[in-house]
Amino acid sequence: MSDELKYLSRLVAAGRLDRRAFMGRAAALGVTAMGAGTLLTSQVRAQGAVKGGTIRVGIQGGSSTDSLDPATATNSTATQILRMWGEPLVELTADGGLENVLAEEFSASADAATWTFKIRPGVTFSNGKTLEPADVAATLERHAGEESQSGALGLLTGITSITVEGDSVVIALDGPNADLPYLLTDYHLMIQPGGGKEAPDAAIGTGPYTLVAHEAGVRSVFEKNPNYWREDLGHAATIELLVINDDTARSAALQSGQVHMVNRVAPKVASLVSRMPGVTVHSTPSAGHYVFIMHCNTAPFDNNDLRLALKYAMNREEMVDKILFGNGTVGNDTPINAAYPLFSDDIEQRTYDPDKAAFHFKASGHEGPILLRTSDNSFPGAPDASQLFQQSAAAAGIELDIKREPNDGYWSEVWNTQPFCTSYWGGRSVQDAMFSTAYSSAADWNDTRFFNPQFDQLLVAARGELNEETRKGMYRDMSVMVRDEGGLICPMFNNFIDATSDKVAGWGPSKGFDLMNFYAPMKMWVVG
Amino acid sequence: MHIALKLIAQRLALGGLLLVAVSVLIFVGTQILPGDVAQSILGQSATPESLANLRAELGLNEPAITRYFAWAGGMLTGDLGTALTSGADIGDAIGGRLANTLFLASVAAAFSIPLAILLGLLAVRFKDKWPDKLISATTLASISLPEFFIGYLLIFFFGVKLGWFPSVATVYDGMGFWDRLEVVILPALTLTLVVLAHMMRMTRAAILNVMQSAYIESAELKGLSRFKIIYRHAFPNAIAPIVNVVMLNMAYLIVGVVVVEVIFVYPGMGQYLVDHVSKRDVPVVQACGLIFAAFYIGLNLVADVVSILTNPRLRHPK
Repeated sequence: MSDELKYLSRLVAAGRLDRRAFMGRAAALGVTAMGAGTLLTSQVRAQGAVKGGTIRVGIQGGSSTDSLDPATATNSTATQILRMWGEPLVELTADGGLENVLAEEFSASADAATWTFKIRPGVTFSNGKTLEPADVAATLERHAGEESQSGALGLLTGITSITVEGDSVVIALDGPNADLPYLLTDYHLMIQPGGGKEAPDAAIGTGPYTLVAHEAGVRSVFEKNPNYWREDLGHAATIELLVINDDTARSAALQSGQVHMVNRVAPKVASLVSRMPGVTVHSTPSAGHYVFIMHCNTAPFDNNDLRLALKYAMNREEMVDKILFGNGTVGNDTPINAAYPLFSDDIEQRTYDPDKAAFHFKASGHEGPILLRTSDNSFPGAPDASQLFQQSAAAAGIELDIKREPNDGYWSEVWNTQPFCTSYWGGRSVQDAMFSTAYSSAADWNDTRFFNPQFDQLLVAARGELNEETRKGMYRDMSVMVRDEGGLICPMFNNFIDATSDKVAGWGPSKGFDLMNFYAPMKMWVVG
Repeated sequence: MHIALKLIAQRLALGGLLLVAVSVLIFVGTQILPGDVAQSILGQSATPESLANLRAELGLNEPAITRYFAWAGGMLTGDLGTALTSGADIGDAIGGRLANTLFLASVAAAFSIPLAILLGLLAVRFKDKWPDKLISATTLASISLPEFFIGYLLIFFFGVKLGWFPSVATVYDGMGFWDRLEVVILPALTLTLVVLAHMMRMTRAAILNVMQSAYIESAELKGLSRFKIIYRHAFPNAIAPIVNVVMLNMAYLIVGVVVVEVIFVYPGMGQYLVDHVSKRDVPVVQACGLIFAAFYIGLNLVADVVSILTNPRLRHPK
């Protein structure tokens, strides 16, 4: 990057050059708009956060049926609301590591089957109560209990006991799990006073903001929590979340200045939005992926040659170009990508190869068309992606019939029921969580009916393996098994596409979810 | 005059009867949805025990007749029950949403009804001349565009390009009347453009029909101005069909505006109903259905009564 550009960006940060003039000069120096925007953001950040003001967020996902109970949160609006008032024990960092939040420190026994979390002293809930280890234990009990309706229940099934010992909470597991702290970053696990057993939807926590007005699916208003324990989080005095589910309305609200940031910009308009004056688009790689899934135990997909034929018939680059409009990365028929901490980048990339597809198709002995079911809500652009797949497969002599299913009922009638359909996965924080959720033989959501005893053994062994290199190797082997024998065709990993206006600054890298893992409203600040 | 009162009482009784019939239909309709209610609430995570527990909790083991009377009785006493998804009181939640819907409908009606009638009168006054053609062409063009497209056009020009009005129409408790009015301008304008043509064309057609009558000719021979003939002599006799179409459009403004609500992020009844249908929250769907039906029947009742009162032949039957 040229010195002149750096000089110019410092001028903007100091307020001596306006943003549009800077973008113009940057373009003259041959820098793309997106690159210049990033440079600008980092220079403004260096000037230090500004306290006060109001940040408005146009957010997708909310519905008038949403409850404030963390256990039942499913959509991005509900998750964002939890982040504002609540805090977990530990949190993901931008490089995929862990940061202590309400846990001051944590440690494992030698076999990784018992974990001790020392609870941070001197933290108070927004109702004035002091945070105690008993609150943490009660929260985990509520989510892990027998009658729990919590979205985190599946992650916590290995817990056998939760006890308070002095200033710590001790969690005993039924077997080793080196990833337990990662599982505790789950957004449902916000620590509530008394575990939220009495008032699960009271929205009382230790977070940087307190909820002052709330109408489900419409609007939530937060004020800064005056007793918040951290300095580096929560710059704006007021944060207002407006639920805007319509894609066009969301970008119009950003463009007209009614909101300062939006999540889930539609991929096909991302480049148009980035050309709006005063708007920056952030395309962040994620662990989320769009998939075509086959049941490995149902004819004709019970034949590995047929599965390989379909995998080779997929043109992955074309999917990323035409379905994600470049906002994503190609997949390799495994649910794991570089977003995971123990990812191995040396697995050979599978590419579109009509000859190999035709060879395996012939070897499978299958004749006639193959039925693929799809719907609009299985992932954005799924019917279009199915048609692209139909054409790339036709080049290999494989005939695909596409059946368009209604959105209503897709997740109960088609997904995890029919043998071949389109779907999506949001990704998990660690490999173990992803593989346990959808690829172990016992998993409820084993939506490819992948039953492989060797894979199951490796999965359990990897949980207890504390040597990182060995573990990484085990996860590599498991990815290869899914890639070469599984029922997953994973053509692409989708990026999170968010957009912010130049009235706010402080965007940075993140792992997890969109809007900087939903920390953007708290980590960003109003530009004076 | 007592004959008119009797007629009104008759209509009211009929309306009440109709509402009871609708309530039966709504109840039966939600009962015959595939799978029972408990099954659709629990969905994937259903186990035999949890299904049995929930069925008992919802009273699904009672016979349908008992359940219908319990529900209808609750409705009559103002107890709408609680939402299954969030556990909130339906009455409270619907109260706020209904007020929002009525506010938007009133603003749209306040724009569109006088405008439609005025344009209709003007179109008759200048029949087959350029003002008539211009009015017809523009209103027909606006009714031909889908309402979401009109909404996006208005957002683009007035919200984004000119910045005159907010593109997001979120209203909330504690918002002043003028602030509310400002945010609903664009959605109200969209609705106005959608309903204008229907009412305008009906006004024009109804008045033109009356203009053929002999007494209009005598008024002309008296030397009255053309516009005075239209509003003094023709318009009062054309009120019945105009009121009918106005009420139909009012009903549409209350029960049929979910698309506009979504585009402008307006927290009205339509969005509320759709959210709960997709989660199979049956008590809320039933309550919304009944409220919508009540408005529809009520507005048509008003239209009936007004046409009776303005028509001497119906007011004084032989």
